[in-house]
Amino acid sequence: MQLKNSTRIAALGIVAAISLTGCAAGSGSDSTDGAVDCAPADGKVELSYTSWIPGIESVVDVWNEKNPDIQVTVQTGPNGNGGTYKNFFNQLSAGNAPDLGQIEYDALPNFRVQDGLTNLASCDIVADSQDQFIDWTWNQVTFGEDDAVYAIPQDTGPMAMYYRADLFEAAGIPVPTTWDEYAAAAAQIREQGGYITNFPQNDVNWFAGLVWQKDGSWFTNDGNAWDVTLTSPESEEVADYWQELIAGDLVSKVPAWTDEWNNAYNTGNDWTWISAVWGANSISSGAPDTAGKWAVAPMPQWTAGEEKAGNWGGSSTAVLTGSEHPYEAAQFALWLNTDDEALTMLNKEANLYPATKDGLSLPVLSEGVEFYANQPIYDTFADAANQTNADFTWGPTMTQTYADVADGFGEVLGGKGTLGDALATGQTKTIAALEAAAIPVNK
Amino acid sequence: MTTTLSSKQAVSTKKGSGAPKEKLASRTAAMIIMGVSTLYFLVPIWWLFISSTKSREQFSSTAALWFADFNLFTNIADLIAYNDGVYLKWMLNSILYAGTGALLGTLFAAMCGYALAKYRFPGRELIFNVVLGGVLVPATALALPLFLIFSQFNATNTFWSVFLPSIVSPFGVYLARIFAASSVPDELLEAARLDGASEIRTFFSVSRRLMTPALVTIFLFQFVAIWNNFFLPLIMLRDQTLFPVTLGLYTWNSQVNQIPEIRTFVIIGAFLSIIPLIIAFLSLQRFWRGGLGAGSVK
Repeated sequence: MQLKNSTRIAALGIVAAISLTGCAAGSGSDSTDGAVDCAPADGKVELSYTSWIPGIESVVDVWNEKNPDIQVTVQTGPNGNGGTYKNFFNQLSAGNAPDLGQIEYDALPNFRVQDGLTNLASCDIVADSQDQFIDWTWNQVTFGEDDAVYAIPQDTGPMAMYYRADLFEAAGIPVPTTWDEYAAAAAQIREQGGYITNFPQNDVNWFAGLVWQKDGSWFTNDGNAWDVTLTSPESEEVADYWQELIAGDLVSKVPAWTDEWNNAYNTGNDWTWISAVWGANSISSGAPDTAGKWAVAPMPQWTAGEEKAGNWGGSSTAVLTGSEHPYEAAQFALWLNTDDEALTMLNKEANLYPATKDGLSLPVLSEGVEFYANQPIYDTFADAANQTNADFTWGPTMTQTYADVADGFGEVLGGKGTLGDALATGQTKTIAALEAAAIPVNK
Repeated sequence: MTTTLSSKQAVSTKKGSGAPKEKLASRTAAMIIMGVSTLYFLVPIWWLFISSTKSREQFSSTAALWFADFNLFTNIADLIAYNDGVYLKWMLNSILYAGTGALLGTLFAAMCGYALAKYRFPGRELIFNVVLGGVLVPATALALPLFLIFSQFNATNTFWSVFLPSIVSPFGVYLARIFAASSVPDELLEAARLDGASEIRTFFSVSRRLMTPALVTIFLFQFVAIWNNFFLPLIMLRDQTLFPVTLGLYTWNSQVNQIPEIRTFVIIGAFLSIIPLIIAFLSLQRFWRGGLGAGSVK
């Protein structure tokens, strides 16, 4: 009997506690569609910053030492699609999002349509910094809107062609500079028993980078509604090109980022990789036996003599909705992504490639790289960064788009359908997903 | 529920006692099936062990299931040194979450199950049914509501946000009740009361001892459940010094494309992280076996 009463009282107490705090904390979330009021705070400010960059703590320590009045705490987690984006959305709905968060370019529109980003356009320091950043990166964070800056560009993934200089030379095949030459080289390499490259099923954003190079875009937004253009002429031409290579068995079809894939490069079965600047490390760690045999050249061009490059990857630092100190947060984000010391550390710790014009000529990025026979490979990527089209737009549901297109690519690699079909299916499913999320879309 | 369960178990014990008379052929078949499934379960662990002993260069270029150069100890040293020894911190966190969480969880489950079995009070069956319903709700489904509740207390990203939900074990309550009902005789409790022992003392010095096998089972289940719980920490924690080892390794694994060097650490870290589980099982399994036997022969 005693037991019964005390249990009941305890249970009542817990229920009461939960419901009381439930009422107290039920505050409305304020919408931040317009630019936020960007005034410096009085006194000491504490900011939280979530990022999955390995070693980010030591970079932030440098800031904290120099700025005793703006102290930044680092929070971490898995990479964006591995869980951190989900966490951001959970935190945004619970009203306890960090002040700053790392968000990749292809995820920014998703946060934008869900009101997760603070518009920093009214912060003088942000508006004034535009010229420091490579033009296309600025477009990624403004979405081409007027009076809008939703994040500070952090890093980029300009693309070029990694190739086995030794194999090309021994076989007497000229290093391709156009996509036509690339296809011709593919046939010659196949005769030698190798493959020119690998077509990955799941790296759909890699494929987007190729479309980007051809001045195509998968989405546009006219300010009112989204256009989905996965099946644009540029996109379809890229698809047709790779379809022919796949159909002719001129590329290997190994799943990327696996041992099998590493092995294909390590044993010299695959000769080139069209990839981003950060791929330099993937090769040196995945194919250690090929040290000194690789070189880097610009991406093959669609028209001889052109100089165009695509981009694969890259992220930004955004101030999330609900931050009480957007001015200080912007100050930190600008320092992190423009200061020479910070950029050098980010490059050394995590291979981040700067998004600023000056950052491209950092001392660390002008040295020769031993694995690439001491070629100063970053010069090629610096050119590529400046040759990237500014008008590429990501959609608000990229995770879904990637998954649907990757399913289609998988079927193609299994011998069913074409890459064009995969894009068409991706197009239909993306429009359906946008409509399901009540995001306005032009059909 | 109780009767059907124990009668089923009784049937299976009867079957087991007929084993020596069985023919050689069926025994061989059984042995082969057991052997194959043992192999099936052990190969991944073998792979993990082999991979842990390899250097990064040899990892992809040598046979996956046999040794190359033996670098296990250098790998472990590198792992421990990486990022100021954060891996050790994760292991300690896991042991803390799982060890104390399972201990407290077992205690609460035992007290609750015992009370449900041995005291008569109105609403008893209702409470028990609610607890039984709790067994059916997957922990993953509760993670997000828990996050929103902890957010209101500003308690996300704290030790407590992972620890407090971990000490709840509806299955433990269920098991404790079944076990207490069958293995703690009312006469014994009556005798203890006549001797003047308080209810609390009776529980700890008489009933707890009789329930030990069940408690070990609950502890092991709960320990493994907390150790492997990944989704709750993923949603709750941002500060990497609070991470359990599962979340830490997952975080590293998601950075492998960016920093390929980390892959060795993920593999060796995964290998080391299963060792505490193996130790827990080996050291507690004799209690556990005793427990299952005691439960079936009423």
